[in-house]
Amino acid sequence: MSAGEDRRRREGVIFERSSPGRVGYQLPPLEVPPADISRTLAGVAVRGEIEDLPEVSEVDVLRHFHRLSQLNYSVDEGLYPLGSCTMKYNPRINEELARLPGLAQLHPYQPEEQVQGALALMWELEQALVAITGMARVTLQPAAGAHGELTGMLMVRAACKDRNTPRGTVLIPDSAHGTNPATAVFAGFKVVELASTSAGTLDLEALSRHLEGGDVAALMVTVPNTLGVFEPEIARAAAMLHEKGAFLYIDGANLNAFVGIAQAGAMGADVMHINLHKTFSTPHGGGGPGAGPVAVSAALEEYLPVPTVERVGDRFMLSFARPKSIGKVRGYYGNFGMLVRALAYIRSLGRDGLKAMAEGAVLNANYLRKGLEADYHLPYQGSSLHEVVFDDSRQTPAGVKNVDIAKRLLDYGFHPPTMSFPLIVHGALMIEPTESDGIDELDAFVAAMRSIAQECRDNPELVRSAPHTTPVRRLDEVRAARSPVLRWRRRT
Amino acid sequence: MHRYLAGEEDRRRILAAVGAASVEDLFASIPPELRCGELDLPLSRSEDEVRREMWALAKRNLALDCTACFMGAGVYRHFSPALADALIQRGEFFTAYTPYQPEVSQGTLQAIFEFQTFVCQLTGMDIANASLYDGATAVVEAVLMAHRLLPGRRRVVLAGALHPEHVAVLTTYCEPQGLALERVRFGDDGRVDGEALAAALGEDVVAVVVQSPNVLGIIEDLAMVGAGARRVGAMAVHVVCEATSLGLLQPGGELGFDVVCGDLQAFGVPPAFGGPHLGFFATRQEYLRQLPGRLCGETVDVEGRRGFVLTLSTREQHIRRAKATSNICTNHGLIALYVTIVLSLLGKKGVREVALASHATAEYLKAALAPFAPKIRLAYPNSPTYNEFLLLCDDPDGLLRRLAGEGVLGGVSTTRLGGELPRGILIAATERNTREECDRLVEGIGRLA
Amino acid sequence: MAYPQDRRYTKSHEWVLIEGDIATIGITQYAQEQLGDVVFVELPTVGAAVTRDGAMGNIESVKAVSEVFAPVAGEVIEVNAALEARPELLNTDPHGDGWLVRVRVAPGSDEGLMTAAEYETFLAEEGAH
Repeated sequence: MSAGEDRRRREGVIFERSSPGRVGYQLPPLEVPPADISRTLAGVAVRGEIEDLPEVSEVDVLRHFHRLSQLNYSVDEGLYPLGSCTMKYNPRINEELARLPGLAQLHPYQPEEQVQGALALMWELEQALVAITGMARVTLQPAAGAHGELTGMLMVRAACKDRNTPRGTVLIPDSAHGTNPATAVFAGFKVVELASTSAGTLDLEALSRHLEGGDVAALMVTVPNTLGVFEPEIARAAAMLHEKGAFLYIDGANLNAFVGIAQAGAMGADVMHINLHKTFSTPHGGGGPGAGPVAVSAALEEYLPVPTVERVGDRFMLSFARPKSIGKVRGYYGNFGMLVRALAYIRSLGRDGLKAMAEGAVLNANYLRKGLEADYHLPYQGSSLHEVVFDDSRQTPAGVKNVDIAKRLLDYGFHPPTMSFPLIVHGALMIEPTESDGIDELDAFVAAMRSIAQECRDNPELVRSAPHTTPVRRLDEVRAARSPVLRWRRRT
Repeated sequence: MHRYLAGEEDRRRILAAVGAASVEDLFASIPPELRCGELDLPLSRSEDEVRREMWALAKRNLALDCTACFMGAGVYRHFSPALADALIQRGEFFTAYTPYQPEVSQGTLQAIFEFQTFVCQLTGMDIANASLYDGATAVVEAVLMAHRLLPGRRRVVLAGALHPEHVAVLTTYCEPQGLALERVRFGDDGRVDGEALAAALGEDVVAVVVQSPNVLGIIEDLAMVGAGARRVGAMAVHVVCEATSLGLLQPGGELGFDVVCGDLQAFGVPPAFGGPHLGFFATRQEYLRQLPGRLCGETVDVEGRRGFVLTLSTREQHIRRAKATSNICTNHGLIALYVTIVLSLLGKKGVREVALASHATAEYLKAALAPFAPKIRLAYPNSPTYNEFLLLCDDPDGLLRRLAGEGVLGGVSTTRLGGELPRGILIAATERNTREECDRLVEGIGRLA
Repeated sequence: MAYPQDRRYTKSHEWVLIEGDIATIGITQYAQEQLGDVVFVELPTVGAAVTRDGAMGNIESVKAVSEVFAPVAGEVIEVNAALEARPELLNTDPHGDGWLVRVRVAPGSDEGLMTAAEYETFLAEEGAH
């Protein structure tokens, strides 16, 4: 190994650290007699030791995963401006509280008298989310945003069937995230895509035309939309939908822009999912777990998943008494561990802090918009709320695409913005800074982006071949897809 | 200004830079009639105030580690090493996003690759995804995958004593897809009734789903069920709720099944009142392109260095949109990392030792409870179990309440799980139950039943 | 580019070369450029019936999956087996070695397809390069 070579970059997989006889655990001594499995498991297909499981010591495991951690960029390190993801600070007090034995060491089937605190916590969170959204009730069951979307659309479907007005179509703007049409189809609907206006917003004429057909169950729309622009006609759209017996689904991914400023209930929303791992600070965890509670208007209450948490006097209970419920969408009651974190966050911020949070998010996004608009093209000119979408059209003449700009940002020590979404913007760069970042961090980001824009003019090849300084450089994704290797195997 | 936000001076400078007089101006695009007043929530609080509220809520719960706990029924208390929780608290792991920029996410990606490997090893399958939400949704994904592969078939056979949570969730998901669920009951021995299963199978069956150990704790004859499914060309799905059983029992992957899926919570994941847990999904190589969920693959970078990327993403909904293989956008990444660490620590010897110790402890309990028959007796004394078994009794809730009063959580009452299971207590034992706890449980049951 | 004149084209960027009652079908140069590196091709089975404008397979690249639509109706008589091991043929030679399927054409089902010149005009109008 050459001097200075970064040892963490050479960290193999844990199986490659294995050495016979190493041990990473110790169980308490068995005080009961060992079982004679030839008798207790007679006739049962048993297995021996699993050959290729590793044998490593506790220190091996520590060093291995420590080294891996050093290869990651994270919110803890700096700005993570992924549009639509709301990569804000994950408060450590939430981690401490979620780990309290009285919250973490609870079995979902303990009798209600043993878990009154847990039920109370869920009830409190529901009340808080009702206060924030202005809607009637909230289910805490879904495990993620997309899961919440499906839950919401299953409720819409149930409502349509219940009213004897089976509707087969869901309208979705072309700017929507892919989860929206995927969810609608999953829930048994046909999707009709609505072209956005030239301003990137909802086309009410098109909406009206489709509603004439009488087959529309719902409109699914993100507010503010995926360009970070508020839908000015959202209340009118809601009225049009309700007049035709259709529902308004609001995708709550961008809720960080308007907590304490506006409420989905007032907009006329019938159903809205909330991403606790976005707006309410629960950690992204490298891909989960999240939580996707769904708020509903009174019109959809009957269809909520069971059980709900109900309060009778000072007692809390799990209620399955909802004959028109869509049923269960996952095992047990919800990602309780994430619910704890979200409630702690809402309590920490309070009504004043939550409003300041939304203001901070919008301030920061507008600051970045101002700082970047000299160098990057802004395809839509509407007022930005908490995120802003640029495109790469000023850089493509030099042969540089948004992906290249993203990779070059890695060399500057930032995580890139979201790429290539929404689909209505070719070469999109969707930037969402969140309220967590101070002006110094934003200035550093703007400086990096301006420097890259300059490089696109002076030395585009440097940008096209980025990144240069990361633990690995650009990876062959084509090879990974053509010849997938999805697990380690011992070389024989 | 709140401690999680930038300060007043930052605001002032931003407003000046963007040319707005006040923050209010930046919200001008929101119509006044949609603006809300002050939210009906308390004001912001210090950490100590938040702690006090949460401690008060926590104190109103009975935490499992204050008791001798024999609860199972899908959520188990096994080896939970301090190092695993310490490592997942590294900000580099838990505050990172999904690894869409692989050059700065190799830590997350390599851990997923290792996780996928562990799942293949445990299940005997060729490929596994990066995890799903939980066992119930994993079973749903298996049935949906079967339907994608066999689109003309609409009947799903649920064989034997499946977890009622899974059946409930399957019901919710299958109905909009036009899939019909058909239950094949368990026989007098608590296992899938072979004749009833054979009668239920036909060329219109898309999948046969069997849980082993089943919700009664009994180990099923997987080979029989798998053969039945294969005979009619249906997908065979093996569901695992007690994942440590894979250290001792042959998994569906070695018995001709198409999918092994379920929940890995048993490998030390905190019960957390039902979530977050860890769905897993493993299948055969031939189903690679129909597999739901995220996948991490090995590749090389432009300098030939080994690296890892999310791959085959075109199946997923952010690209495929209306034609996606599933609705799943997220995996339970941090929990998958946790279990990867636990499995690394346990390794070859530990996975087996945990399983043997859990099995031995349950067998000890079964033997110790035998003298109480016929008043209190095992429901299926002659059926093989792993670490969980059903003890029949007339008033399981009453007995459990009395035991709880003495600091013993004796198990899960089947009244909690739904009417079709015989009335009694499901008792689960693990390597964490001491002999003293076991003896206390037995003595308590004898006295209080 | 100048598209081969011996064949016809669809608005969904397939080409079809008809010789007697056998049609060879593929995707155009433009289509493969839009897709990027192809990683997998899913084709109908020999003997399957295809309908005019009906879906008859998928082409998967790293960033997208695209459906292939049949420019004619008929019965599949041959599929390009080389694509299984070498999906990249669709990128390197989309009009030649990257052909997808051969179909016995249902008479009259090849009406209304574009000529090479019409397809080039169509691309220009779409803003393609």
